[in-house]
Formats: sequence, structure tokens, C-alpha cells
Amino acid sequence: MGLAQVMALGVDITYFVTAFVFIYGLKQMSSPVTARGGIVIAGIAMLAASLITFGVPQIRLELDINMVLMLVALALGSAVAYVSAKRVAMTDMPQMIAIYNGMGGGAAAAIAAVELVKLSGGGVSHGLVVQVLAVLGAVIGSVSFAGSGIAFAKLQGLLKKTTRLPMHQFINLGLFAIVCVTGFWVATGQPVVFAYVVVFFLVALALGVMVTLPIGGADMPVVISLFNALTGLAVAFEGFVLDNAAMIIAGTVVGSAGTLLTQLMAKAMNRSLANVLFSSFGSDSGAAAEEEIEGSMKEIQAQDAAIMMAYADNVVIVPGYGMAVAQAQHKLKEMEGLLEARGVTVKYAIHPVAGRMPGHMNVLLAEAGVEYDKIFDLDEINPEFPRADVALVIGANDVVNPVARSNPDSPIYGMPILDADKAQNVIVIKRGQGAGFSGIENHLFYADNTRMLYGDGQKAVGELIANIKQL
Amino acid sequence: MIEAQPEFAGFTALYIFMLAAFTGYEVISRVPVILHTPLMSGSNFVHGIVLVGAMIALGHAEGPLELTIGFFAVVLAAGNAVGGYVVTVRMLEMFKSSKGAK
Repeated sequence: MGLAQVMALGVDITYFVTAFVFIYGLKQMSSPVTARGGIVIAGIAMLAASLITFGVPQIRLELDINMVLMLVALALGSAVAYVSAKRVAMTDMPQMIAIYNGMGGGAAAAIAAVELVKLSGGGVSHGLVVQVLAVLGAVIGSVSFAGSGIAFAKLQGLLKKTTRLPMHQFINLGLFAIVCVTGFWVATGQPVVFAYVVVFFLVALALGVMVTLPIGGADMPVVISLFNALTGLAVAFEGFVLDNAAMIIAGTVVGSAGTLLTQLMAKAMNRSLANVLFSSFGSDSGAAAEEEIEGSMKEIQAQDAAIMMAYADNVVIVPGYGMAVAQAQHKLKEMEGLLEARGVTVKYAIHPVAGRMPGHMNVLLAEAGVEYDKIFDLDEINPEFPRADVALVIGANDVVNPVARSNPDSPIYGMPILDADKAQNVIVIKRGQGAGFSGIENHLFYADNTRMLYGDGQKAVGELIANIKQL
Repeated sequence: MIEAQPEFAGFTALYIFMLAAFTGYEVISRVPVILHTPLMSGSNFVHGIVLVGAMIALGHAEGPLELTIGFFAVVLAAGNAVGGYVVTVRMLEMFKSSKGAK
């Protein structure tokens, strides 16, 4: 065996091991105990795969322009991502996942672009199938890239309004048609026409922007998860183009896992994926179907609320996005400690879509040091609410709205909710009297056993702590 | 080495695709909700393997246009891999304290 063959064998073996370790690492992530080990070995595999790639025949091991650019690009991309990932606050995690995911999609599209530009310059085609897959990967990657960028801008607050052009869906349909036609020309072109490639990519990017623009912030996690799955698929397709098994396997695994995750999220919100993508939530339905609300909102002072909780046996805390915004998780942990010192059992109830992503609340509570065996999801905690003396709802709204159970006309009807209303007493910490993200009035706030504690989440819990301490 | 028949190689790739799709589905279906966000982040890191493809694309790029696109491919892919890794590790690090207590 010559040196080249040894090198080729080494590359193949490394890619094989990498693919195995990725799957094993993801498997390890299915338990909180082994999760960290899983990502670390996956990281080592990624490093090994990147290094061995210098040994593939397409890369010349000499200091030519390609190599210089490669080293600069590696250093630049890694450094920027490393610094930004280290600096970002935990509450801003969803948009960081969006942006890194978009980068992956962009990279997949760019790989396709290099191959297609090569073909338009008279490069040798590797067959129709490869060309078609390159084009498919290019569309999916471009949409994921542009869409993730918009998702990032929205969650980061750079793009505040939900833009909806007249005939928006028709424009999207038109863009999609143009992508299909130019994509077909590029995929079957022999030779490939350069101008088509350019139009194809520009329209694919525009489509990604236009698809994401009308989607509201509440639906963003589902969309980010969808783009994550799409990027995986794009990577897999480009893996076929480059004949790279590691890319095919890793990309496909992410593609299918991401699809499942997306479905789980959409299901938790009781919405179909099509519904998320093609209709904006609460904009036209809902208001007309509102039924009359009986009762009124009753305010409570922090002092009384503190007494209520301090002398309770069971307290269930229901955190929502408002808690994340107010960064109240550390205060909550402090209050939990005080209550437990008084013999109160404290549990946390997490709705699947509380916050901006499934598990977002868990991450924030974990950051504050809340043990994960005190955190329960919907199915586990719902039977316990009738036994709870106090349910403390902090910054959550739609996920505790009993309308989802009672009013078939409500847009959120049928969505599984946390039965906080069944607790003996409900304390709602809320900034003001407005409706929730979906714009639906929350009947829980008007219930007889509900008391409203107005104020910023962190401040309100701070006052509760101060009052509990004085008891 | 024996050169594989093109049709066979294509089908092998299809088999890999199918099996990997099932694998991904199975791996995720047993994950508790509390790990969904770290897991999305983790799978986001895994498709950072696109870096390998980006490096190959830039490696055999010719002419200024291909080189420019290839350069961006590697920058973006490196960002995906490194950013995805750091964010995931940061999230999972928070589960460590409670692990020690158990």
C-alpha cells in the first residue's frame, strides 16, 4: 500500500468512528447524568474528523491560496463563534442555536454553490442524481440559512414587527415556483448555466426570509427546530454529493431527530406544523369567540402571599417566559430554600412549551441550581394540583389558561395545560393586566381562588423572600 | 481496491440514509423533556460535520468565485461546529451540580 492508500484508509476509518460516536453521543444525551459526556466525546470526534480531512485527496497539503484561505476561515469562524457562544446569556440561548444552525445551513448551501459553479464552468458532472441532490441541499440549506437569520433577528429583538405583506402566501408560492423551475434547470443542466445558478440561490434565500417573516415569536422554537432538521437534511444531501459517509449519517440522524422534535413541540402547542408555518396565531380568530368572563381580578400584597406560602404544605411553582425575561430563576431558588426550611414541599411544574423552547425553563432553573428531580412535566404534576395549597404562577399565561379545556371556540382549545386552577389557592405574578402572548384573556386570573401579585417577576419574588424571612 | 458498481454505490447510500433516519428517530424518542433544548443544541452541533464538506469544497475550489464561496462555507461551518459545541456544553454544565448531589 502506498502512502495515498494508507491516508485514504485513515480518512475512512476516522469518518466511520465519527459517525458512530455522534450517534452514541446523542444517545448519551438522553439522560441528564450522561449528557455532558455525550457532547464532549462528540466534540472530540468532530475535532478528529476535521483534522483528518486535511488528508483527503481534494485538499492539497501545500501552502497555496486554498490552504491559506482555509486556515484563515477556520480561525475566523471558530473564534467568532467561540467568543459569542461564551458571552451569551442563558435566556438568549434559543437565538444562538438559531444563528449557529443557520450557519450550518449556509455552509451546506455554499458547498452546493461551489460544486454547481464548478459545473457551470465546464466541470465534469458526477451524474444526474448527484446534481439533483446538490440542488435539493442548496434549496434547503439556503432556506434554513436565511430563515434562521430572521428567527435570530426576531428573538434578539432586532426585528420587532411581524411583517405580513398582502397576498403573502401567494408571493411565497411564486418564489417557491421560481426556485423549483430554476432548480430544475440547474439540476438537469448539461452544462449548467451560471445565470440560473445565481437566480436560483437568490430566490431560495428570499424564500427563506419570506417564509419566516410572518411567523410570530411564540412559534419560533418550532421553526428553529424545523430549520435544525432541514440543515441536517441539507448536510446529508451535500454528503451524497461529496461522497462523504460521515456527513450523510450525521446529517440524516439530525434530520430525522429534528423532525421528531419539531413534531413534539408543535403537538405540545396543539398546532400542526402547517398551522405554524402558514397562519399567524391569534391575529384573526379568537376575539369574536370570547365568552363573558365572570368575576374580577383580585390583587394581593406580597406580605399576604408570603404568609400563604410559608404556612402551606405543598407549593407548586409554574414558571413561564415572563420568569425568563425577568431573570427570576435565582430568586425562585432562594425562595424555594426558605420555604423548604419551613417544611414546605416545593415542586416546579413545567409546561412543554413554557418559555421559548421545550426544556428552556429547565435549563434556566438548572442554571439557578434547582435540582432536576424537583422539576416535573405536565403529565406528572397535573394530578398533584388539587393537593397543592398554593400554585405560584410566575410569568406564565396561556399554558395555565383553563379556556383550553372549557371553550371549544378558543384558538388554544385542546392544548394540554397545567391545571394550576385546581390548586387550593393560585398566586399569579404578572407585570400588568394585559392578555398573554396569544392575546387570549386568561380565565384563571378571574377565578375565585386566584390572587394577582403585580410586578416584575424578580422584584416580586424578592419581596416574597423578604416577607417570608420576617415570619 | 475493487471499484464498486455505480448503481450499487447509489443504493448503499440510500440504505445508509434509511438506517440513519431510523436511528435518529429512535435516539430522540426516549429523551426526557428537560433535555430537549440541550438536545436540539447538541444535534445542531452534530450537523456541524458540514465543516468537513466545506473544507473539501474549499480545498478543490478554483478561481476567485469558487474560492470566495468556499471561504464562506468554511467560516460558516466552523461557526456552526464551534458555537454549537460551546453552547451545548454550557447548557449541560448546569446539570452537573445536581448530579453530584445524587
